[in-house]
Amino acid sequence: MNLEELKKIREKAQKDVELRQKQARIRIVVGMGTSGIAAGARDVLKTFVEEVGKRNLTDVVVTQTGEKGLASQEPMVEVFEESKPAVVYGNMDPEKAKRVVVEHVVNGQPVSEFAI
Amino acid sequence: MEDLSSHIMDIVMNSVTAGAKHIAITIAKDPQTAIMSLSVSDDGRGMDAEMAQKVQDPFFSTKTGRKVGLGIPLLKGTAETTGGSFALTSEKGAGTSITATFDSRHPDLPPLGNIRDTFFVLIVSHPEIDFDLRYAVDGKDFLLDTAEWRRELDGVPLNHPEVIGFLSNYLDEHL
Repeated sequence: MNLEELKKIREKAQKDVELRQKQARIRIVVGMGTSGIAAGARDVLKTFVEEVGKRNLTDVVVTQTGEKGLASQEPMVEVFEESKPAVVYGNMDPEKAKRVVVEHVVNGQPVSEFAI
Repeated sequence: MEDLSSHIMDIVMNSVTAGAKHIAITIAKDPQTAIMSLSVSDDGRGMDAEMAQKVQDPFFSTKTGRKVGLGIPLLKGTAETTGGSFALTSEKGAGTSITATFDSRHPDLPPLGNIRDTFFVLIVSHPEIDFDLRYAVDGKDFLLDTAEWRRELDGVPLNHPEVIGFLSNYLDEHL
């Protein structure tokens, strides 16, 4: 594996980059402050990134922010979808993150039992 | 923090919050002395001398409810209780550098943890930041400069699903 492979990826991916940069359909923001990290936010973030990558969801962006302000509910995740109110999820773990990808991000149904 | 990789994640988040565009992270272990060193340096907005002193104080952080900096006294505490050292230098408008060392034979030293996942999530969740990463421990010498990758990718972001897959495999293979 070497950097030559990045060129192949570039050629393959460049066509949908313009679309993606214009407007991501969904933004998933994971709280990565000190208490979030201590509660396992890194694994939650990793799961979101991997699931989005695996499903080739080019219109979804996963990112992180500092403290979400509710240490007792960390790890916390916010899902922003165009023209819909943001959904905040608390006490997340990798399994819950997978369900949010399938049910909310792919099928459009927020997972109310994880929402706070 | 249960392991050093989580400490690193936390310290680097301060750099991200400080608006850094370039962040260098080095984890190295001296095979002769068994001293483990961790350094993070960024080109973020930096701090003046007074603030640089205050962020090392755990009580300052919690009393003011400040969002940034709680991880610094935690890392400092871990370094100093495991026979190591801690240094923070910062210049307002120029950036901040943190170096912590640990005696890797100390019984209270937390495990290294999953450095691979820390590198992975940092890169893909901040594709606009150049990460210059080095991991030189126990005979391994891993280097990754994401600026180089970005040049090759010519506009395709590091968080594109194709690149995420590539990066994941690359880290598994090399780190």
